[in-house]
Amino acid sequence: MPSEAVCSLPSQIEIMPDFIDIARGVLLEPAGLHESDLERVLDQLLSYRIDMADIYFQAGRIESWVLEDGIIKEGAYNIEQGAGVRAISGEKTGFAYTDELQFPALLEAAKTARAIACAGEQKRIRVSKTLPTERLYQPINPLSSLTEQEKVDLLRQVDAEARRQDPRVKQVIVSLVAAHDVVLVANTDGTLNGDVRPLVRLSVSVIAEQGERREQGSGGGGARDAFSYLVDQGRALGFARDAVNQALINLEAEAAPAGTMTVVLGPGWPGVLLHEAIGHGLEGDFNRKGTSAFSGRIGEKVAASGCTVVDNGTLPGRRGSLNMDDEGMPTQNTVLIEDGILKGYMQDRMNARLMGGVSTGNGRRESYAHLPMPRMTNTYMLPGKYDPQEIISSVEKGLYAVNFGGGQVDITSGKFVFSASEAYLIEKGKVTRPVKGATLIGDGPAVLTQVSMVGSDLQLDQGVGVCGKEGQSLPVGVGQPTLRIDELTVGGTNA
Amino acid sequence: MSNREEMIERESRLEQLVSDLLAEAKKQGASAAEAGVSSDAGLSLTVRMGDVETIEHTRDNGLGITVYFGQSKGSASTSDLSPQAVRDSVKAACNIAKYTTEDACAGLADAQLMAKELPDLDLYHPWDIDVDAAIELGTQCEDAARGLDSRIVNSEGASLNTHAGLHIYGNSHGFVGGYPTSRHSLSCAVISQQAEAMQRDYWYTVGCAAADLEAAEAVGQKAAQRALSRLGARKISTREAPVIFQSDVATSLLRSFTGAIRGAALYRKSSFLLDHLDKKVFPDFVRIHENPRLLRGLGSAAFDGEGVATKAKDLVSDGILKSYILGSYSARKLGMQTTGNAGGVRNLAIDPGELDRDALLKEMGTGLLVTEMMGHGVNMVTGDYSRGASGFWVEQGEIQYPVEEITIAGNLKQIFQQLLAVGSDEECRGNIRTGSWLIENMTIAGS
Repeated sequence: MPSEAVCSLPSQIEIMPDFIDIARGVLLEPAGLHESDLERVLDQLLSYRIDMADIYFQAGRIESWVLEDGIIKEGAYNIEQGAGVRAISGEKTGFAYTDELQFPALLEAAKTARAIACAGEQKRIRVSKTLPTERLYQPINPLSSLTEQEKVDLLRQVDAEARRQDPRVKQVIVSLVAAHDVVLVANTDGTLNGDVRPLVRLSVSVIAEQGERREQGSGGGGARDAFSYLVDQGRALGFARDAVNQALINLEAEAAPAGTMTVVLGPGWPGVLLHEAIGHGLEGDFNRKGTSAFSGRIGEKVAASGCTVVDNGTLPGRRGSLNMDDEGMPTQNTVLIEDGILKGYMQDRMNARLMGGVSTGNGRRESYAHLPMPRMTNTYMLPGKYDPQEIISSVEKGLYAVNFGGGQVDITSGKFVFSASEAYLIEKGKVTRPVKGATLIGDGPAVLTQVSMVGSDLQLDQGVGVCGKEGQSLPVGVGQPTLRIDELTVGGTNA
Repeated sequence: MSNREEMIERESRLEQLVSDLLAEAKKQGASAAEAGVSSDAGLSLTVRMGDVETIEHTRDNGLGITVYFGQSKGSASTSDLSPQAVRDSVKAACNIAKYTTEDACAGLADAQLMAKELPDLDLYHPWDIDVDAAIELGTQCEDAARGLDSRIVNSEGASLNTHAGLHIYGNSHGFVGGYPTSRHSLSCAVISQQAEAMQRDYWYTVGCAAADLEAAEAVGQKAAQRALSRLGARKISTREAPVIFQSDVATSLLRSFTGAIRGAALYRKSSFLLDHLDKKVFPDFVRIHENPRLLRGLGSAAFDGEGVATKAKDLVSDGILKSYILGSYSARKLGMQTTGNAGGVRNLAIDPGELDRDALLKEMGTGLLVTEMMGHGVNMVTGDYSRGASGFWVEQGEIQYPVEEITIAGNLKQIFQQLLAVGSDEECRGNIRTGSWLIENMTIAGS
């Protein structure tokens, strides 16, 4: 089937094969595996006193290219495939995996995993049900969506665009990554579901030099799409300009202030605030165990009125979106905080069951060799009524932070940090001088009660976010409108 | 993979795989190639609230190949060790090499630098522990933590990890080497509560051999003591003050230091220690040393990631930067010689001082003791440093109360120059060994 013809059709005309058929073709057929084999493995699992078990098949391909010093310096290709078998009994989980997609290896993994429970009665499973899932992205292989020559040409164009901006740009590193992940999940509840997940990303990092001073800037973006996403609308070139602008601004930056002050966060990527301050603490596992600063606080006011925060895995093409999670459940739009009131947690199947709820489609895992757990997708705050300019004008003296690096949170105490990479002083209602990057620190359950103005300018990030939890890394998205936070601690050097 | 004969057989199989990869690369036209193969198996389990929570049986394989066509290179890797995967990986790497640019600095490390002798560094001590015994040990550890004090109200559990594996590296100079290693750890994280406020803390022990691990009860008790000591933490006001980085967090300062003298950071001019070789980076009393062939060292290796023989050396002596950390590529970029550090530093240590931690507190008088840091606020280009912190406020050398939700900020170049003393209380668990650091002055942001 000529894929270019199909891609141009409106999405409601579904003539591409189902995700699940593609997944079967990639994962089961080459190994001569049939659904009856999966049923036999699941039967083995259920012959023990197990509440739920699943088999997760994965075939992943990642290709990456790096340009540095104006040359295509590196390229790498990675193939990862295997299957993980998990058995759950109460709060216990047994897990084993294999990189051989063969029946005997699966059976052995199942026998190892089920040892978590005692032997019980023999049951028979039939996998047939598939849960309806939306089509948030096309089941394409992004690795082959450009030729190699086109990929390296794109890198060179981005390099040239960055260098063209300013003679002070001394170093440019551009990386281009495409991933193609095909997954299939068979569960003892009889469901069988599959997904084909494309992901592309381009990152630019530059160093600008002025006299003795050197500063860095970075930009980038991506989506669950073909490489064309990066080329369209000149996006990749825009990332290069973003990186240069940030480096040049930082060349002028003065020492950042230290202390508690009013902070205005720009739209988009500063939403990493929500990811750290709110998101992790609302993941079901921590709340089931009672180890989160948000444990047992559903229904309480944890944010100012006007603050509504969601985790939404159903945004078409977004980096954090999934047609189904890694437990085969459809992703959804989950309201975490509604008008300031804590509404719900993000759940995988196990934690939902133990807490007497249902999965919110947030069960995710890094690969077949990792256990699923509740994880975020795209986490953001809905827009409010204020014009962003009005928010800045309202601040007598404070910090305006528009770009951030990573963050971290202590789930139990609720304390979180996130580090600004581009920030300015606000003086008498105006954005004045740039200041050096600094870490901001706050208390998760308290910080949103300090929000006094929510902007009308909701933006999602450009699509480069990676979240780490218990050693597992996953692509995620964040976003928010411009926010005024009356009091937040800024960790500069200027006390 | 518990017995030695099986390991020797496995070693020869993986060595064969490396030769197959190199032969395939040659067959497909590569002028040079290097390959690595690894195989690791283990058990990870967690006991929480007195019961098993997870049991994970891990088995990880990996294969990686880099091919050179003259000065152009391409790489590929996979978790599949089959003959088909060998051919496919080499093919993928060769295809990539068609599109990368000729790079005068690319290539294998020089043949004469390859490690000639591969001494046994005593790194392989598999732990013959079955699941039941592992559960028992985890239970002892967690029980010791939960039983210590009624304010320990919850637990994230105790985790035991045991892994043993092999890594073989070879290249078209004819070098091939590798040896089995093992790594075991036991950790515990518990939660204390006072009024509404909860605090979490943890402790862990790690080693090549099970015999090197701390006792399970001791690990649990330390985790509990640490979680208890944080209760009642408050925020302090913004100020400037001296700071002690407790040894287990001081390791991160040494990591920032090594990050700044890494070849890749230097040739990219993205280091705050650019052009600092033979310059004063620390006060006179500081010596920082790398000992890559330490017996039973967690970071030990007889050759680096390119087959180059590793050797002990001073990175800093008398406060002066004596060596960068280079692999062959960054060395060529800088017009220097590799230091045998492809893959990083191995068993780094700063010489301990005479004062233990309490004496160091006395030396400081009034200031902040940092016991945990959060976030990534280190700018390696400028050295600007701003991180979330928690710890204790100290007056007249005595701990007064725990503090949290503050940041500490400065610039690493100055922080290094302002190092007043290194403690004798060495943190020895990982690849980096250091006592606590007393820094003259930093900015603390709080209320």
